[in-house]
Amino acid sequence: MAKYNFKIPALNEYPVVPELEEDTMAHMETFRAKPEFQEALGFKGELGENWKEDCIEVIGELLGKYRSLQVYLDSCVKCGACTDKCHYYLGTKDPKNMPVARQDLMRKVYRRYFTFAGKYFPKLVGATDLTTEILDDWYNYYHQCSQCRRCSVFCPYGIDTAEISMAAREIMDRIGLGDKYSNEIISKVFKIGNNLGLPEPALADTLEGLEEDMQDDFGVDVKYPLDKKGADILLVTPSADFFAEPHVDGLIGYGKVFHEAGVSWTLSSKASEAANFGMFIGSYENMRKISLRIREAAIELGVKRIIFGECGHAWRVAYSFLNTLAGPFDFLDPDYPVPQHILEFTWDEIQKGTLNIDPSENDHMTLTYHDSCNVARATRMGDKPGGQFEIPRNVIKAVCNNFYDMAPETIRGTTFCCGGGGGLLTDDLMEVRVKGALPRMEALKNVIEEHGVTNMAAICAICKSQFTKVLPFYGMDMDMIVSVHQLVSNAIILTGQKTDDDDDD
Amino acid sequence: MSFLTMIFAGLFYAATAIMIAGLVSKITQFAKTPAPLKIPTTPAPTTQTGVVLRMFREVAFFESLFKGTKWTWIFSYVFHMALFLVLFRHLRYFINPVPMPVELLQPFGMYGGFAMVAGLFGLWGRRFLVDRVKYISAASDHLMLMLLIGIGISGLSMTFAVHTDVVAVKAFFIGLMTFSFSELPADFNLLIHLFLVALLMIIFPFSKLLHIPGVFFSPSRNQIDNPREKRHLSDWARKLED
Ligand code: SF4
Ligand code: SF4
Repeated sequence: MAKYNFKIPALNEYPVVPELEEDTMAHMETFRAKPEFQEALGFKGELGENWKEDCIEVIGELLGKYRSLQVYLDSCVKCGACTDKCHYYLGTKDPKNMPVARQDLMRKVYRRYFTFAGKYFPKLVGATDLTTEILDDWYNYYHQCSQCRRCSVFCPYGIDTAEISMAAREIMDRIGLGDKYSNEIISKVFKIGNNLGLPEPALADTLEGLEEDMQDDFGVDVKYPLDKKGADILLVTPSADFFAEPHVDGLIGYGKVFHEAGVSWTLSSKASEAANFGMFIGSYENMRKISLRIREAAIELGVKRIIFGECGHAWRVAYSFLNTLAGPFDFLDPDYPVPQHILEFTWDEIQKGTLNIDPSENDHMTLTYHDSCNVARATRMGDKPGGQFEIPRNVIKAVCNNFYDMAPETIRGTTFCCGGGGGLLTDDLMEVRVKGALPRMEALKNVIEEHGVTNMAAICAICKSQFTKVLPFYGMDMDMIVSVHQLVSNAIILTGQKTDDDDDD
Repeated sequence: MSFLTMIFAGLFYAATAIMIAGLVSKITQFAKTPAPLKIPTTPAPTTQTGVVLRMFREVAFFESLFKGTKWTWIFSYVFHMALFLVLFRHLRYFINPVPMPVELLQPFGMYGGFAMVAGLFGLWGRRFLVDRVKYISAASDHLMLMLLIGIGISGLSMTFAVHTDVVAVKAFFIGLMTFSFSELPADFNLLIHLFLVALLMIIFPFSKLLHIPGVFFSPSRNQIDNPREKRHLSDWARKLED
């Protein structure tokens, strides 16, 4: 932490809306993508001489393609309801991190070039010419939005700043100004199949290792199959699940659940990544290309169902967009939704009673649960609205005896983002990540003090990595964060599992 | 016909034409622009009826704003509801004979005027007192409130201070609608009131008043949460598939 040179905000007992302090985050500029990575995604390599004209042209194109953008840019009344809802504003005090101010960075350009009022009375309506300074503001502040949609909950017109941020990133990408983190990762997906660039042999190796561990620990032949043709279920999971902690404990859990449920399943080396960073950069084309890998893998492997592992933004693209981007999935079993979430599967099995569960295995922990922003506000689980809140809690409560929720305004539909979502999970944005985690850290601290909570469960690869990194900044232990399927894994007693007594023999 | 009557008749014809043409073109633009992805803010209704109810709660009770900030909700709710009452009461200047419900609400309409102005002052106060709202306010945001307050006060002044010949005003507007022109009384307060109203009508389609059609087109509020059950594909996205 010594290498980071910024002040860590103090945790308050009650949420405090800070007074604004201009430009506290103006210096926060994430690394720019090299031309080769820009071009790999079909974007311009770098800003050209005519970048302004290019920019206006792309804005015009997107206005015609996205109703959200057109309606949201026109409808804001500056009521201010969203101003204190963004974790990045609460943590940084920078007014440009207020959702409406973030939108205004684009709105003032839109007004200047696309509206009557802005063309003829720019001063009156706060319209401005597009300048290098404005482009810099776009780059810096549209990369300080995790596209968490919290602001959209409170806006009387449902204006979703995430839509504006996505559009802004697409515009910048198209004119040759992309960010390194997202764009390099997407090109890795195209080249190798996953965000981390893990090639097939490395995956096979990891999975074999897990199978050996299962044998050693439990004496049970739990399989972690890769590219198994004819399996019933294709599991698509974030690549962090293959090696990062606590993610991998979740993967172990999925395998145990499938094993006990007696279904055949497989991972795919082609679609070895659930996350779809195409969404972060607002690029329909890239998002579609990444999604099509999953369709191809499902066809090649001849599976009947697709299930997604624990990942927040991935679940948004999967639940809300996959059918649009890569459907129709009429070649899969029509008895199951496409795709399903692993928690939907596990909760079904728990209700059916196929899993032998001993919740006391988790008695050394007292849990709370972090609703991931994109799961909470952009998806559903099960067949009822709000299933995305109930199903994870139901599963946690089925496998753990001690569970307490955090303060109501910080969970469920009004949950705070972990601070690292939407393409911000990179070290060069550490300051905004740490500061943006403030509201979640405050709520967590409170349940620790009130209820003796020891661990926080999450179902998103980004949340898990982000918390592992930022918890220590706030004086908390990085191991506090656990996967929900890690809890499931702890509590499952495998059929034929050797007991501790067997070990002693 | 006096010069003044001619000016105001022309003004109201122009204002009506601009408002209608502007709104029609905006609404057409909103309606024609595709929404390529399913983006309702969840939890969201899974049926069309559910969406209609969600939208109803949004426009009738300002549900989201209520969740957002209570003070703004109170001021804005008072202003909007009072405005509807006042507008409803104004129907008596356009319809002959005056319909029963308008007649019945007549006495409340006057309180409506006060409530409307009070709500507007509350909203304006926030633009000075809350540093975040002050930061996001442009000149046009202040001017819009001043315009509405001006309309409210000039209107109230005719009821409570300097009375106007409302029968003549009604004759003027009915005349405008039937092209049988009748003289407009040359009262200062009335002329100010009417001028500001015409101005509001003219800027309607170019201003943030577009939130009125906008809310109905907001994909985060008007979409059904059913992406797994039903494939949603826009025309431009379909072209990528060929
Ligand atoms: S989407 Fe989330 S991160 Fe972005 S402005 Fe809204 S609240 Fe902030
Ligand atoms: S809540 Fe909506 S209308 Fe109000 S300022 Fe924010 S974006 Fe604009």
